[in-house]
Amino acid sequence: MAMTAVWLKIDEVRFVQALQEAGKKMDSVDDEVVLDFSSVRRIDPRALRAMEEFAGIAADNGVKVVLSDVNVGIYKVLKLVKLAWRFSFAS
Amino acid sequence: MSISEAVQERVQIPLGPESLSKERIAYLERLVCQARTAAAVFTQFTQEDVDHIVKAIVLAGLEQAQHLARLAVEDTGIGVMEDKVLKNMVATEFVYDYIKDKRTVGVIREFPERNLVEIADPIGVIFSLTPITNPTSTVLFKCVMAIKTRNAVIFSPHPNAWRCCSEAVNIMYETALKHGAPEGVFTCLESHTLQDNAYLMQHKDVGLIDATGGPGVVKAAYSSGKPALGVGPGNTPVYLEKTADVSTAVVDIILSKTFDNGTICASEQTVVIDDEIYDLVLKRFAELGTHICNEKETELLARTVIDPKTGFMQPMAVGQKATDIARLAGLSVKPDTKLLIAPIQGVGREHPLSVEKLFPLLAVYRAKSVDEALRVCVDVNHTGGLGHTAVIFSRNDEVIRRFGEVMNAGRIIVNSPGSIGALGAVYNDLVPTFSFGCGTGGGNSTTDNVNIYHYLNIKRVARRTQAHMWFRVPNQIYFNLNAVENVRQFPSRSTIIVTNPALEQIGHVDLVRRYIPEATHVHVSVIPDAEPELKVVMQGVESLNFYKADQIIALGGGSVIDAAKIMKLKYESPDADLKELAAPFLDLRKRVIRYPTEKINRVRLIAISTTSGTGSEVTPFAVLTDKERGRKVTLADYSLSPDVAIVDPQFVMSMPKGLTADTGIDCLTHALEAAVSSYASAYTDSNAMQAIRMVFKYLPIAYEHPRDEEARSMMHNAACIAAMAFANASVGVNHALAHAFGAHFGVAHGRANALMLPHVIAYNASVPTKFVPSPYQKGYLAHKKYATIADLLGLGGHAIDEKVKNLVLATEQLLDQLGFPRSIADLGISKGEFEQAIPDLTKLAFDDPSWRSNPRMPLMRELSELFWKAYRGRGLAKVACVSQQQTV
Repeated sequence: MAMTAVWLKIDEVRFVQALQEAGKKMDSVDDEVVLDFSSVRRIDPRALRAMEEFAGIAADNGVKVVLSDVNVGIYKVLKLVKLAWRFSFAS
Repeated sequence: MSISEAVQERVQIPLGPESLSKERIAYLERLVCQARTAAAVFTQFTQEDVDHIVKAIVLAGLEQAQHLARLAVEDTGIGVMEDKVLKNMVATEFVYDYIKDKRTVGVIREFPERNLVEIADPIGVIFSLTPITNPTSTVLFKCVMAIKTRNAVIFSPHPNAWRCCSEAVNIMYETALKHGAPEGVFTCLESHTLQDNAYLMQHKDVGLIDATGGPGVVKAAYSSGKPALGVGPGNTPVYLEKTADVSTAVVDIILSKTFDNGTICASEQTVVIDDEIYDLVLKRFAELGTHICNEKETELLARTVIDPKTGFMQPMAVGQKATDIARLAGLSVKPDTKLLIAPIQGVGREHPLSVEKLFPLLAVYRAKSVDEALRVCVDVNHTGGLGHTAVIFSRNDEVIRRFGEVMNAGRIIVNSPGSIGALGAVYNDLVPTFSFGCGTGGGNSTTDNVNIYHYLNIKRVARRTQAHMWFRVPNQIYFNLNAVENVRQFPSRSTIIVTNPALEQIGHVDLVRRYIPEATHVHVSVIPDAEPELKVVMQGVESLNFYKADQIIALGGGSVIDAAKIMKLKYESPDADLKELAAPFLDLRKRVIRYPTEKINRVRLIAISTTSGTGSEVTPFAVLTDKERGRKVTLADYSLSPDVAIVDPQFVMSMPKGLTADTGIDCLTHALEAAVSSYASAYTDSNAMQAIRMVFKYLPIAYEHPRDEEARSMMHNAACIAAMAFANASVGVNHALAHAFGAHFGVAHGRANALMLPHVIAYNASVPTKFVPSPYQKGYLAHKKYATIADLLGLGGHAIDEKVKNLVLATEQLLDQLGFPRSIADLGISKGEFEQAIPDLTKLAFDDPSWRSNPRMPLMRELSELFWKAYRGRGLAKVACVSQQQTV
């Protein structure tokens, strides 16, 4: 049965892997997926690429991606690389 | 960087990607995207992260200095390998030494005394063009700067130096990556074209272009519409002045000009030598392996190394050895010749060797005088070297100063080698660099040695400062009955009493004289009872000079005391220009005009007030009428304040009722305006509030019972206390209106104030159309201040509106009680006449400086409305306060 929302805690060390796994399960998500960034202190270019890919998969599936507890440093990085618009933010 | 052929081609850099293929554009976009991502990620790095990477890449650069130098010489065929090793080491080690302890992340500087903090932000993506002459050292330098400042760089090396530069970029990148730098932080364009450069220069995600090279590169960078650092060619003049240490100078010049075969654009080009030492200097040069050319050789060289069409140096000579250059020109020189010296007779196209020569060929000029030498140096400076570098060897500080003043150069190197001196941190305390800013003379945006601070956006966090305020009054104020007796304690050889005829007649002057010590010579200067005129003041100054006065006693109302203040000013400082001193100002501490502090005479001013209103005995203001020029001069400075104020009620016991009312309301207006002034402070508030309380209580009594000593005394003190408040907080829009109206219709000042007062209270208490900027106040307070005054007077009311309304009513009742006309119309001024006067009145009121401290900025329309309200009369004031919260 399709879920309304999926909540995923993102681990800084397994960031790319976690997103790739989540991307694969996107079929089972109905409305939105919430990525909990509370444990992510920094992101690197690989993580950004993974986020961009994940946003693409979500868009293809009509799923809204919500990033929760994103620190302002990461938020600024997303703005600078023009990725912020692809996500919703919640605290 | 030279104006070599290879660089010249860049002059023609087309600005537009039209000729790029889709594949090429995709490649360039990938580079930018990669750099943008790296720069974005880099923003998360701390100072410690950054410093760790910087140290690692600096060490990598040092380790590879020789390898990169060798590659640079192989690729470009320019320069000396051993010197390029040194350049690479300076670009890393010396730059590191300068930057290692500098903060470039987050808060980089704090100025607690100024409440200022500087925060650094990286630029993002920098597009960097590097030259052929200093290829690897420039790359190393820019990599170190970029990491230190958290920027990503896309390098575009000179095509003939691509291999060595890409190797340098690669060494830096791999090391940086290994130590945690973001992927893509450095990239190097592969086999690029001029169109690639043009595309990247205009790319929206490139934050800064850092172009080190010839004029073409710089011009293209500045023309791109992007922020750019463009630093280009030079033509360094050297003045070898007769007091110089010749041996040192010659060695310095040789080592500098032969360093890397003269490829540093700051190297010496033409040496202007004083006649007295010319022969000695050339002899020293010759002794140290320099070939001095004869006229024929000079001509041959000029023909060979300078392009006759462009007037610039031939590219094939750039960075070549002296012997090779000589061979090219067909000259026969010793095999160990380091440098060629060509004497020239002038500067410009007719003297081809006076231009920039980035190889070991130096022009020399024999100057007959310092002036001629400076002129020739200016000529060299203006022949392609504006803004760059100039060098002087001299022991004469005056000549060094003159040289510094006339040279248009970002770096003026004294008694040291030009090229290495300009690089900084070796021979002097200049910031180490491989990019020389040439200022506007060189078409650049800076004259600095380009450094890390040019790679940062520096944000300034400016906190609100607690503005310093003041409370200044005469340091001696004597008050209450018989306070005049205190005159006796002031010793004087010669005293002038300034007063008016009426006061002399009623015996006030005699009363004062009684307390002046007998040995004192006393002269009485009687002046008309009117606003002082310049002529009258100057007569008074003559008396002061004639009697060599050391004391003035001003006995009278505001006019007399004002006259005495100006007499004192002109007596002490005869050159004081009253017109200049009356210049308008916004803030007393920042005013353009300063009152004189040097005094040829010293005189004490004792002010004894005979009215209870102006408070001139304690204020720093004086008004003067210049009838000849038909204008009023208002002077304001604390140096005008009397030294001693005497507030003795016996001098006001005989004031007529009308004058009592007029001056009393003037006093009330002073206090009310000071209380709500944008300059108000707790110090002025206490005086203002107390004065208001005293006026409401004692003015009606003094008016009805003029012989009531207590009421007279209290009103006399109230005037002085209110004046202490407005002497420091100033007045407001009421005075601006009253000045304009009073002057136009000949209405006494107090009376004019009274007509405006209730309307102005209501106006200031209402929501302002426009606020006045005031660093002294927090929020809008006028209505709260009025409410506090209402409380103080026990007027009742709960909400602020109500309290302000009660204050307006109480003021109106007081005015009624004192018999003031209720409106301007009551003065017999017709509506038509008033209507006609309104435009002038409004303009005059707006020009009046009094309202500058008003809490609410009056618009012209509002001034006009206030005049009309005063015309229609009392009982009409409406109050609509900002808020109902009374916290003052």
